[in-house]
Amino acid sequence: MIEIENITKVYQMGETEVRALNGITLKIEDGEWTAITGPSGSGKSTLMAILGCLDSPTSGSYKFDGVDVAKMRDDELAAVRNKKIGFVFQQFNLLARTSALENVGLPLLYSSVNHRHERAEAALKAVGLGDRLKHHPNELSGGQQQRVAIARALVTEPSIILADEPTGNLDSKTSREIMELFSELHKTRGMTVIFVTHDPTIAANANRVIHIMDGVVV
Amino acid sequence: MRLNFSQNVRSALRALLANKLRSALTMLGIVIGVGAVVALLSIGTGAQASITNRIEGIGANLITVFAGTRNQNTPSGAGAGATAPLTYEEAQQLKGLTGVAAVSPEVTSRSPLKVGKNQETAQIVGVTPDYALAHPDQLDHGRFIVASDLTGKTRNAVVGSQVVTDLFGGLDPVGKQIKINGILFNVVGVMKSQGSGGFGFSRDTTTYVPLTTAFTYLSRTKVGNQNTVSTIEVSAADSNSISTAIAAITDKLTILHKIKPGATADFTVQSQADILAAATQVTGVLTVFLGAIAGISLVVGGIGVMNIMLVSVTERTREIGLRKAVGARRSDILYQFLTETIVLSVLGGIIGILVGAGISGLVNASGTIATVVSAQSVALAFGFSAAIGIFFGLYPANRAAGLKPIEALRYE
Repeated sequence: MIEIENITKVYQMGETEVRALNGITLKIEDGEWTAITGPSGSGKSTLMAILGCLDSPTSGSYKFDGVDVAKMRDDELAAVRNKKIGFVFQQFNLLARTSALENVGLPLLYSSVNHRHERAEAALKAVGLGDRLKHHPNELSGGQQQRVAIARALVTEPSIILADEPTGNLDSKTSREIMELFSELHKTRGMTVIFVTHDPTIAANANRVIHIMDGVVV
Repeated sequence: MRLNFSQNVRSALRALLANKLRSALTMLGIVIGVGAVVALLSIGTGAQASITNRIEGIGANLITVFAGTRNQNTPSGAGAGATAPLTYEEAQQLKGLTGVAAVSPEVTSRSPLKVGKNQETAQIVGVTPDYALAHPDQLDHGRFIVASDLTGKTRNAVVGSQVVTDLFGGLDPVGKQIKINGILFNVVGVMKSQGSGGFGFSRDTTTYVPLTTAFTYLSRTKVGNQNTVSTIEVSAADSNSISTAIAAITDKLTILHKIKPGATADFTVQSQADILAAATQVTGVLTVFLGAIAGISLVVGGIGVMNIMLVSVTERTREIGLRKAVGARRSDILYQFLTETIVLSVLGGIIGILVGAGISGLVNASGTIATVVSAQSVALAFGFSAAIGIFFGLYPANRAAGLKPIEALRYE
């Protein structure tokens, strides 16, 4: 469960202060399927980064599964990301010249689990790429690459998946397929899925839509 | 560390293979540096070994007496203080001292040798029969200078092996004639080849004549009515009596030269060991000097590695961001990049050692210097290249490890 209270994030751009988040209070229950929308510059990506423990808020409190993560050190945050959060990015962010299997297994390199190979293979099968294990990213279509990225997010069996514009680089048909995959993961595994999008039709897939503007929830 | 060593090395190799040309060129800097260290140290060590051999080959248990004070701390040839030349008469008085087996006074000059139209300048040494006792087993064939040559001031000469090739066309010169400084001599013997003295200096043109003949025709410096000699070589009875002989010679010459107690002597008595120590010190300094120059190229190679790793970190900012997003800690990224640099340097080091050993082998085959690739020089070069990998890899790796995940992910 995610509980944030009065979160602010201030960037110092030379002389001027930019308040990307201006006091956001949110609660996202386990198993929710939530979309965060808003125009560019609204602060939705900053909120995403903070929710994903990739960045720390300037002020406010953040409880992740009851644990205060707002003041955690970098290495502790890395452990939280590794165990509890799966990321899916707009740019896929797969390692080039590296097989799908190894890309999916990457988060496991930074955890202490066993059977890395088998887990990675199972995750790829779960996203329908059981026959593409040895393929490199440049041998896969955009939709397949994003599926590899989703498998990578699933492989550590996190409690939530955070997706930042996951369909931003895909055509509408592939976008629908990816959204169906998220929907299926949400239903069958009961995972919390949070995704950022500026596209209202994609946001419409979610059970809950949080609209952000000028750093506050509207 | 959750990533084990072999996984780290494998992923480092993959990253390096992704940019083959760049990795190869970077490695080349290390290869040249390590190769230069190994090759130059082997040449230095070889020169040292060859000089040591030469000096040991000059004669066993040999003590050299010369005028002036000269030791390993003053440049060779620089006599300090007053110099009174040594005389033939003094040499005679050294005979029969405790521990002394043979006394060979010598007078050395450089003079032209001429046979028919062939001519060359060589070192001419006036010697007594005792020279053969101090330097045993150096005559190839014919005979050496004998007592009757000395008393009769005969114009007989024993020539070096190189002279046979240079002036006699390789034919046996014994019984033939040679002009030394314009004076006709009979060749009575030929010396064995001594080989190179190191650094291209040959002792094989040296030609020997009776000492008395040399006084008459070649060296006319006198003190009063005494003939002066260049050096007196003394052969000790055995290796245990060297120090006894040195003490006896020093005492005798101190009296003969009327050196007051406490005053600096105007002559030097040096054993083979002293000369060896001096030569070893010189070649040792030379070896260190050569190694230091090679070391500089290794440092330059290391800077090349650092430069490329900095480029690599910048290029792979997004990869670093992703790795951090999926749970890589600061130390994981640090080890990843450090491993890449070390793999690069160590591979370069191994190739460099092979290249250096190859160059050393070529020098050896060319016959100039018998080179020795020592285990120490290989260990030094290898250790140095690994150290350079760590030293020059630490900054780029630290920079990568310090990147903020969100900024790295958004890096364009």
